[in-house]
Amino acid sequence: MYGGGYIPKEEAPKAVVNDDPKMLAAFEERVTRGEKVEPRDWMPTEYRRQLIRMIEQHAHSEIIGALPEGTWITRAPGFRRKLALMAKVQDEVGHAQLLYSAAETLGKSREAMINDLINGKSKYSNVFNYPAKTWADVAVIGFLIDAAAIVNQVANSKGSYGPYCRALERICYEESFHLKQGHSVFVYLATGTPLQRSMLQDALNRWWKPIMHFFGPSDEMSEHTLTLMKWKVKMATNDDMRQQFLSLYVPKIQELGLSLPDAELRKDTDSGKWLFGDPDWAEFFAVIRGNGPCNAERLAVRKAAEVNGAWVRKALQQPDARYVTPLA
Amino acid sequence: MNIPHKSVPIADLHREPLRQLLTALADDHLILGHRHSEWTGLGPILEEDIAFSSIAQDQMGHALGFYTLLHEHLGAPDPDIHAFTRQEAEFSCCQLVEWPIGDYDFSLTRHLFFDLAAGLRMETLSLSSFTPLAQLATKIRGEVKYHIFHAKTMVGQLGNSSDETAKARMQTAINRQFGLALGMFEPRLGEQILDDAHIAPIESKWRERWLEALNAVLDGTGLQIPDPDRIEPVFGGRNGYHTEYLQPLLHEMTEVFRLDPQAEW
Repeated sequence: MYGGGYIPKEEAPKAVVNDDPKMLAAFEERVTRGEKVEPRDWMPTEYRRQLIRMIEQHAHSEIIGALPEGTWITRAPGFRRKLALMAKVQDEVGHAQLLYSAAETLGKSREAMINDLINGKSKYSNVFNYPAKTWADVAVIGFLIDAAAIVNQVANSKGSYGPYCRALERICYEESFHLKQGHSVFVYLATGTPLQRSMLQDALNRWWKPIMHFFGPSDEMSEHTLTLMKWKVKMATNDDMRQQFLSLYVPKIQELGLSLPDAELRKDTDSGKWLFGDPDWAEFFAVIRGNGPCNAERLAVRKAAEVNGAWVRKALQQPDARYVTPLA
Repeated sequence: MNIPHKSVPIADLHREPLRQLLTALADDHLILGHRHSEWTGLGPILEEDIAFSSIAQDQMGHALGFYTLLHEHLGAPDPDIHAFTRQEAEFSCCQLVEWPIGDYDFSLTRHLFFDLAAGLRMETLSLSSFTPLAQLATKIRGEVKYHIFHAKTMVGQLGNSSDETAKARMQTAINRQFGLALGMFEPRLGEQILDDAHIAPIESKWRERWLEALNAVLDGTGLQIPDPDRIEPVFGGRNGYHTEYLQPLLHEMTEVFRLDPQAEW
């Protein structure tokens, strides 16, 4: 998983930096030619700022995302499922490590990023502010949310910033196994006993709204969005990614005889586009503002982990060591 | 785990002691693997989160290997049923592995204590005259080597830290669970029979080597173990007497499986 397509809006930076127009033009030419931008290359101030936010939010989503699924490791039914889920959630924490390193190449330390997560300044994917209530939630998260994340991450892996693209390539490779794990649990429940099937349908009903929210509302095609697309920071619109996801996965869900809780969901034969009911964007924004079912719990757990582990980090610090930006 | 499916003949005399040995090993690895997995998402640094998760996966795999031997050679139920449906008193893990993860100092110390012992056990068992066990132990030994490397590195760094609080925490963790650690070597019923047949040594032999190995690790870290002769080992686990922590763990572990043990999950 887990980078949601949606990066919440924030206030415009206080000081507007005017980049050297010649450097900017050369940079844009390079990006248009498909060259990757590397850490020590010149880059527009806004490019750096947006990338830090995006990669940081992605990294936070990985460690926070480990929490809802992590609670099911100790309850997974049988060795096979237990081993697979342990490996899967471990991968997610590993992705956080990769992504924090990628973001660090842009000049913000991992500690600063984690502090911003804990004090609520930077966000993570909204989807993790919902509870994982039963084992069937593991199936829905592993199959559908990982699938949605793959759509987003495959797009982003073709972006312009080298370290982020390389991290994403490796992440996508691992995610494809997560998808298999999720799909396997999903299929076993869907084709299992009546109890297993009803668990799965219930989980699907509960998760459908957060899944529809995953890519965020339609993009406003502002000057700013267009610039980010030109710089290959944003690689696809939220709507395009959502359509791609629906085309790939709704048929797979329906094939298994499961229903989705949206009476208006259907593919329009003329436009080839999926039509759906109002996904309740008011709820989406409420969750972003911190009022989702699990926002407080997730941050409290993360904060407790940071506080409890502070002595270890302090003791491991070498007085004569100097901060080194990781190699990208 | 690559284990031959052909059942190897076992003398009647050896069956019950061997069953006890393998169950103790399986249960120890299962329960500690479960505990270590509880660190997922909560580690003091990402790298430690990932390390504990790796170790937990290995240990779950080791448990599965031992339960598989029990199933294939000694008539025990299949590993899932065996691990997920027994009552608390039927478990023969030592009490050390049952304790909650506590703080990182407790978990790291337990990891060192346990894996040093596991390393020695696997080293000897890789020469066991019971071939299937020798093969499994050889495989596990290769993995435990990295666990020990990890535990030594972290205990060494914290034990040598210029931070006095960290050192004090580590020393306290060692002192607090030393009796529990000695409980890993609770004598097993019929252990001498297995020793005589070169299947597995008696526990006191392992205990002796473990003390030497532990002293060697702590030597030069500023940490030390209490006098083992003055600490009462916490026995009971091998005979089904457990701490108050095991029952809730089993309840949680089997929560989904119990919904329908016959279903395929």
